[in-house]
Amino acid sequence: MRSSSDVAAGLGAASPSAAARRRAGRAGRAIRAWLKPKIILGGGIVLTLVFVGVLAPWIAPFDPNAQNLAMALKPPEWLFGVHVLGTDPLGRDILSRLFYGARVSLVIAVMVVLISGVVGIGLGAVSGYFAGATDFAIQKFVEVVWAFPPLLLAIAIMAFLGQGLDNLILALVMQRWISYCRVARGQALSLRHREFVEAARALGASHARIILRHILPNLFQSAVVIGTFAMASAIISEAALSFLGLGVPPEIPTWGSMLADGRTYISTSWWLALFPGLCIFFTVLGINLLGDGLRDILDPRLKRSGSGIG
Amino acid sequence: MIAYLFRRVAGTVPVILLISLLVFLLIHAAPGDPAALLLSDEASPQDIADARHRWGLDQPIYVQYLRFLLNVLRGNFGTSFRYSDPVIRLIGERVPATIELALVSLAIAIALGIPLGVWAGAKPNSWADNLGSFFGFFGISMPSFWFAIMLILVVSGYFHWLPSSGRSTYGISHGTASDFYIFQSLAEGDFRAAWDGIRHIIMPAIALGTNMMGIIMRVTRSSVLEVMHEDYVRTARAKGVGERTLLWRHVLRNALVPIITVVGLELGTLLSGSIIVETVFAWPGSGSLLISAIESRDYPLITGTVLTYTIAFVVINFTIDILYAMIDPRIRFEK
Repeated sequence: MRSSSDVAAGLGAASPSAAARRRAGRAGRAIRAWLKPKIILGGGIVLTLVFVGVLAPWIAPFDPNAQNLAMALKPPEWLFGVHVLGTDPLGRDILSRLFYGARVSLVIAVMVVLISGVVGIGLGAVSGYFAGATDFAIQKFVEVVWAFPPLLLAIAIMAFLGQGLDNLILALVMQRWISYCRVARGQALSLRHREFVEAARALGASHARIILRHILPNLFQSAVVIGTFAMASAIISEAALSFLGLGVPPEIPTWGSMLADGRTYISTSWWLALFPGLCIFFTVLGINLLGDGLRDILDPRLKRSGSGIG
Repeated sequence: MIAYLFRRVAGTVPVILLISLLVFLLIHAAPGDPAALLLSDEASPQDIADARHRWGLDQPIYVQYLRFLLNVLRGNFGTSFRYSDPVIRLIGERVPATIELALVSLAIAIALGIPLGVWAGAKPNSWADNLGSFFGFFGISMPSFWFAIMLILVVSGYFHWLPSSGRSTYGISHGTASDFYIFQSLAEGDFRAAWDGIRHIIMPAIALGTNMMGIIMRVTRSSVLEVMHEDYVRTARAKGVGERTLLWRHVLRNALVPIITVVGLELGTLLSGSIIVETVFAWPGSGSLLISAIESRDYPLITGTVLTYTIAFVVINFTIDILYAMIDPRIRFEK
């Protein structure tokens, strides 16, 4: 696949428009490098999620919180029915709730990833750049937070601080900034004595400027890869917390809380548990596939870390 | 080795102290007055003031922390509001069920994950690799709580093959809730009870182990892939070692180090996964204890469970590190 374009480029070298052809060949290769099944499939799923989440108010057939007890626990009526995927015990439309749930998952995951990224990369870069006592203090903190089993700290935070969007985001960020921090610290440690950093320092650049302009740009690709996996784990954890009743307040529809309802009615109404779970599974699968594909291209060094979760 | 051990213990103690500090701060970050929260709604202001004094909540915060720490060190996590029993005893009764579940899940994850990974890594891009990688992605993307519900729906609800909740059938089991049922029944030769225990543990263990299986498969695959290119593999092949022996004796043994590392790291995920899976299957372990404690706002029990889980995790990681240093002398001499 790649060899044919190489041959084309090689033949082109002899003809007058060699440069143009070579450029086209190179662009083609660059595009093809990105067109891996993992990226197409994963990216497709993620795009669908974004699409559904953003457009939820316009494409949802019903108000996600509109109750209609006369229509409670209707099984799926499939494509041509009123309630395509059925209704829940309060007569709310499952499909509409799934659409809005996508929105909630997406907003929470994106916020968690962004905040974790800023905190983690910031602390990691500072830690690695200054080394010494600063590094020791930050790394001790990392060690303590890392000592908690992953979901447990989030559960504890939600248990003590109570339900709510801000607490939920705090609980999810609490452990997700660490993977950014580790990578950023490692990079900063190895970069701090490189010539271009020394040169910037010799020219009188401030620490803040060196970190922002010379260290951070080198971390971008790793951060994209870590962020993708962090997003998958944030979505699973958010669903797990909502499932346990420790997520956002009950009036906001989320996949996790829908699943918790589904569990109660498992023996009579299978559709309540099936659809939200499928949504979580495919979303996380899509993000993991995308992350895997991105990692192969952007940052093959991360490959050995194995899992995407955590 | 002794010096290394000392260094590691010296490094772990401050971490445990800081963990207790973090948990302590969390308790105090809870909205509202802890005394008012802990007493019933009918408590008068006088009762609350008495309780504040009794629990030392009127003392400065560092005094409170030192008291908390001393109690934790003595294994005294206080008394559960709901059960009026010492927290440490309640947790102790539930721990064997959690350990049993975790061990069986881990066994399933290893028994499936490693062969799938070796199989996939030995022949990259073959159909075996694609199938194995599919299982890997399936495992890491599957939310355990949903998988658990689907298992109950299909295996218990539709086919009636396995019981959907609990650890044993009333009347078949003897012994108390705080036993390792399966192991104990086997040891006593009561195969009917052991079989009953096994039937109960299959679904929770699969639900809990799937994620770990996916992770182990993926790490095994990449680790095998890497080892396959080593010189000694080529040498072994050149001297005529059979493909199967090569794979399982030469390749896997060298690929094991990263696999063990990841298994150790992911034990925390397994532990926290057990909290959810236990809740779904009404498994009487410490995880479902934590969730019911949260539901009834039983703060001493929540604190005790969280600390127990975390300290157990720290001890597990510590043990793994020591094992490593015993296996691989190079680790002992790093910085």
